Amino acid sequence: MTIPAQALRHEYLRHNKKFPHVWCPGCGNGIVMGALLRAISSLKMDKDEVVLASGIGCSGRMPTYLDFNTLHTTHGRALTFATGVKLVNPELNVVAIMGDGDATAIGGNHFIHAARRNLNLTAIIINNSIYGMTGGQYSPTTPFGSKTTTSVYGHIEQAFSIAELAVTAGASFVARATVYHADLIDRLIKQAITKQGFAVVEVISNCHVQYGRRNKLGGAVEMMTRFKEQSITVSQAAKMSPEELEERTTIGVLADREIPISTEEYKKVRTRAREMKEKV
Amino acid sequence: MYDQGKQRLLLQGNEAIVQGALAAGCRFFAGYPITPASEIAEQLSVELPAVGGTFIQMEDEIAGMGAIIGASLAGVKSMTATSGPGFSLIQENLGFACVAEVPCVIVNVMRGGPSTGLPTCPAQGDVQMARWGTHGDHPIVVLSVSTVMDSFTITVKAFNIAEKYRVPVILLSDEIVAHTRECVELPDIGEVKVMDRIRPSVPPDWYKPYEGDARGVPPMASFGDGYRHHVTGLIHDEMGFPTQNPREVESFHKRLARKITRGFPDVQMTRGYFLDDAEIFVIAYGAVARSALRAVQDAREIGIKVGLMQLITLFPFPRRTITPLLKQCRSVLVPEMNLGQISREVQRVNEGFCTVVKHNRVDGKFITPREIYSHLIKI
Repeated sequence: MTIPAQALRHEYLRHNKKFPHVWCPGCGNGIVMGALLRAISSLKMDKDEVVLASGIGCSGRMPTYLDFNTLHTTHGRALTFATGVKLVNPELNVVAIMGDGDATAIGGNHFIHAARRNLNLTAIIINNSIYGMTGGQYSPTTPFGSKTTTSVYGHIEQAFSIAELAVTAGASFVARATVYHADLIDRLIKQAITKQGFAVVEVISNCHVQYGRRNKLGGAVEMMTRFKEQSITVSQAAKMSPEELEERTTIGVLADREIPISTEEYKKVRTRAREMKEKV
Repeated sequence: MYDQGKQRLLLQGNEAIVQGALAAGCRFFAGYPITPASEIAEQLSVELPAVGGTFIQMEDEIAGMGAIIGASLAGVKSMTATSGPGFSLIQENLGFACVAEVPCVIVNVMRGGPSTGLPTCPAQGDVQMARWGTHGDHPIVVLSVSTVMDSFTITVKAFNIAEKYRVPVILLSDEIVAHTRECVELPDIGEVKVMDRIRPSVPPDWYKPYEGDARGVPPMASFGDGYRHHVTGLIHDEMGFPTQNPREVESFHKRLARKITRGFPDVQMTRGYFLDDAEIFVIAYGAVARSALRAVQDAREIGIKVGLMQLITLFPFPRRTITPLLKQCRSVLVPEMNLGQISREVQRVNEGFCTVVKHNRVDGKFITPREIYSHLIKI
């Protein structure tokens, strides 16, 4: 069922927020925001029970525009604040929205530990391979050889693969899409929100202004076309050699598994603690 | 948590902080292990789940501070405890708690610094850092404890101030108070005066999350209460939305400062001893205040007219209490386990009335009563 965009806007955008937003024309952030709203709408979630936390950067501004309980934290720390909120009120649906530098550089430690800890949280990471807001410096996901404002001679470091990092760190659910695959993002975010446990959705996005331009990748349309051409499904990837997988982006669900959820386990801790106290 | 009714207990300072926090209604702790603060985390990991609260050990102190802010926004009184190196890490999110007006308590059990410093020798080297550690202009409340009983009562007070004024409160203990065991009589839980944040009384549509009441303190809704609102580390308007409008920015800063300034009589706590006829006096805080009291008593016995002004509140610096004493006395001695972090505040407010004498130790050793006494018989 498709939801009319206008109805979605009226329901979820803050009418009292002073628009316009900060994102550049053609930015992938809006596509992810639309997907998030469609997912929340189709799950019929109560707005009062949604907490949207973000860090710093272009993605960090998303909660400002949306009519939920919204929390715009410090750089890289969205998951730490989200952890506090979720532990205190497990009934709330807590979604953290982050960028690549936000989640895997300054917030890298929090990200892997949140995945390991496996609270019932959703993490959406918009990966555009660059620090956009600060002017186009290289991030942990900037490809080798790329030109950025801090690697004008070509980037000499290897890039993180965020989704694989989340799988290794122990997240219950890990998926990846690109901003070309908007319908897929809707579905993956829905799955992530309904999944019990720490769920990660990485969305490969375009920053044509800071990244595409310096690396001669064209504008938003050209970059999205490239995402379409590069993407392969998990089942296609399974049949390919490591050499063939280079320059490819695997999209779909990378991990979906049942792991004890620490929010649930802590309820048992409370019971044990009360029993111990009663014995004394 | 100790049971109903008065209890005589043999506790160390860190344990008394735990009891104080529980009595004040703290139900969430997040932190990271560090000596000499770890007993607070260890004991709360036992106590909190038994009272329906939550303990979590995070990946670092940055995360601990983030988590207690999240917990407070979700409606629960929260705290973290650390020592110098961890206190450095919490500064980033401490600034967030200041700007977003999130009540919470940060305990710093001071040890010798800077950096890894002198684990685990006592020091008072984090006093100015507690005041100015996070960047930007901000009011902050910094309290200190000198005994195990203080560790209970001042912890309760720290939570009450945090809730009443919607501010983070820093509680400075030190290695000596933290690990000294004393027999204390804790009050009946029902008799402990506990304050809670003011909740909004208007319907959600009317709610302005950052509009101060008459005291300058905005009523605080919790996430999930139906008062959907925005919380940000950016300077914001009354609706909580980012602003760069100079008028809104200035009024935001001024309200933050004003709510504490108006609370001075409540927030600024001191204890005076033998001050009525004093010609000289000592200003001391933390464990050093214990040595100072003994030295003052000994000096009184040989007829020296000396008093003690013990600071419980270090910041906002209790100028109104101290200025009359600086006018009354000819000299003031400020003994500290640092190179002069409160004595510079005393000099700042002195305006030339009084001679300020410093006594400083940074060798990891405690300032003894005799050291203070030997100054008192000379000045």
